[in-house]
Amino acid sequence: MSAGAHGIEDKAHFRGVWVFLELRKGGLRDVSVQLIGEARRIADRRGAPLTGVLPGHGVEGLARDAIGYGLDRVLVVDDPALATYRSRPFTKVMATLIRRHKPEIVFFGASKNGRDLGGRLHAVLETGLAADCVKFDLDADGNLDMIRPSFGGKSLAHILCKRHRPQMASVRRNVFVAPRHDPARRGEVLREAVEIAESDVDATLVEFHEFTKEGGAKPDDAPVVVSGGHGLGGPEPFGMLQELADLLGGAVAASRKAVDSGWVPKVLQVGQTGMTVRPKLYVAVGISGAVQHLAGMQESGKILVVNVDPKAPMFELADYGIVGDLFAVVPEMIRQLRTAKGLTGREAPLAAAP
Amino acid sequence: MCIKQVPKAEELQVDPKTQTLKRVGVPSEINPPDANALEIALQLKDRHGSEVVVLSMGPTSFDESLERSIGMGADRAVLLTDRILGGSDTVPTAYALSETIAKIGGYDLILCGEETTDASTGHVGPGIAGHLDIPQVTYASEVRVADGRIRARRTAEDGTEWWEVRMPCLVTVNFGCNGPRQPTLSGKIRVKRGGVIAHWSCADVGIDPKKVGLLNSPTIVAKVDTVRLPPRAGKFFAGEPADAVRRLLEALRADGVLR
Repeated sequence: MSAGAHGIEDKAHFRGVWVFLELRKGGLRDVSVQLIGEARRIADRRGAPLTGVLPGHGVEGLARDAIGYGLDRVLVVDDPALATYRSRPFTKVMATLIRRHKPEIVFFGASKNGRDLGGRLHAVLETGLAADCVKFDLDADGNLDMIRPSFGGKSLAHILCKRHRPQMASVRRNVFVAPRHDPARRGEVLREAVEIAESDVDATLVEFHEFTKEGGAKPDDAPVVVSGGHGLGGPEPFGMLQELADLLGGAVAASRKAVDSGWVPKVLQVGQTGMTVRPKLYVAVGISGAVQHLAGMQESGKILVVNVDPKAPMFELADYGIVGDLFAVVPEMIRQLRTAKGLTGREAPLAAAP
Repeated sequence: MCIKQVPKAEELQVDPKTQTLKRVGVPSEINPPDANALEIALQLKDRHGSEVVVLSMGPTSFDESLERSIGMGADRAVLLTDRILGGSDTVPTAYALSETIAKIGGYDLILCGEETTDASTGHVGPGIAGHLDIPQVTYASEVRVADGRIRARRTAEDGTEWWEVRMPCLVTVNFGCNGPRQPTLSGKIRVKRGGVIAHWSCADVGIDPKKVGLLNSPTIVAKVDTVRLPPRAGKFFAGEPADAVRRLLEALRADGVLR
């Protein structure tokens, strides 16, 4: 439990890069796959093997398949109690394996479960964990340089964990691009024994209601995101944004102000306390551009800004901008896009009424 | 009930010249997700008559948020305040808070916000649960007490989960899941009368000075780079909406953004 057990004196014994592989509906969560690519790069620079860690039940086939993304080996811990993610058993598995094999670096996806696990685990191991990293490097001494946005994404903080091992970091989804899968890649799948006692299973999942996909594409997967903010003034204008998003083949999202006002659900929030998106085109409608919002969308390919206030900070990020009343501009965009698609028939554009 | 005081998010502006955050003179508030957690604590108090103790760690200026918490209906507050805690990262913070919680004692449920709006790691809540070796449920929007157990509704990526855990346990609460109540007059009077906020040092709690502070934190911030975002094209379209939009769509097509 003590820092000393993992710290200063035996730092040199820690070797290898690990990725925690998170399950999702019988497959791997996409952020885990994305991480394998970046972890491969770091492992190669350290001249160290890359290991995936997969706690679950009946997951050996999945482990073998995961090798194809660039892993050298996968440690599988198989137990019926690991079929569903639970904080305590997963923390026990990771802590036990880390103490047993002493990896130098451990990566986690910054999913809800990844953060739940990482937060508990780093306190139990008493080692450093940097959240939501966007970039990794190595310093002159071979320490992992864990680079994360600090407040609002306007600056990048370089986090080092010099004396404690392993160095641990989490990464949000869509920060790294998933590596190509090579079915011919060879690697080892090793079964590891970690005893899960009945007392370790201290939480019961009594109900689960899956989110349905109704309402079209999800903003964090869509090539175009049409996002609405304070300027919309209420929930109704989001209907017009949805129409614009449909015409552009995209999804609707929102700023924190629109969410806080109760106009749209929190799952649509882009920004520091919401999701990170990097679509090909981000359309910001009536969003002033608080730094927390920019943190969630500034990596977008192109940014189109519609705002009545020419001084809105959002315009500083604009590839394209229209200073004007969104209630005139957006219906006009809908009208012209419909015309271009030959949709001018009897269906009058919903939002074009004066 | 753990809270942190943070700079008010909406007051933060970027200095256009230096491209850094203007922090000086920015008013503070209870970390917004912590305010949602406090609201849940107070609702449980309303329903079950439990005592709500608010705990924070930081300088004495944090009293402002603790006073507000008591004004909202919390029974008392403890501020762990000690210069040797300065610069602590999430590992010593979780350790120091868990030691303080153990010292307060008699807890059934520990509530925290899902993360802070200034550091946004979300690591301290689960870290406290790890130190205290108690069950945890993160990202909850609703908490119920039934048959001596806690039921919490957790929002994950793929759906809503209802978890049941024994007490004592720790629950972290989703930002924006409720509307935190305003302080009441009687609450403010309790604050005025005094004696509701205790200040404890590390020695008072029995916190090992060799396990806290900047030098005993596993992580350090080696340096901070200002992000110079790549310049954007900044093509603006003025005039009548019909004309501006026509030229905008032409530009989007010409640049290959739209087909």
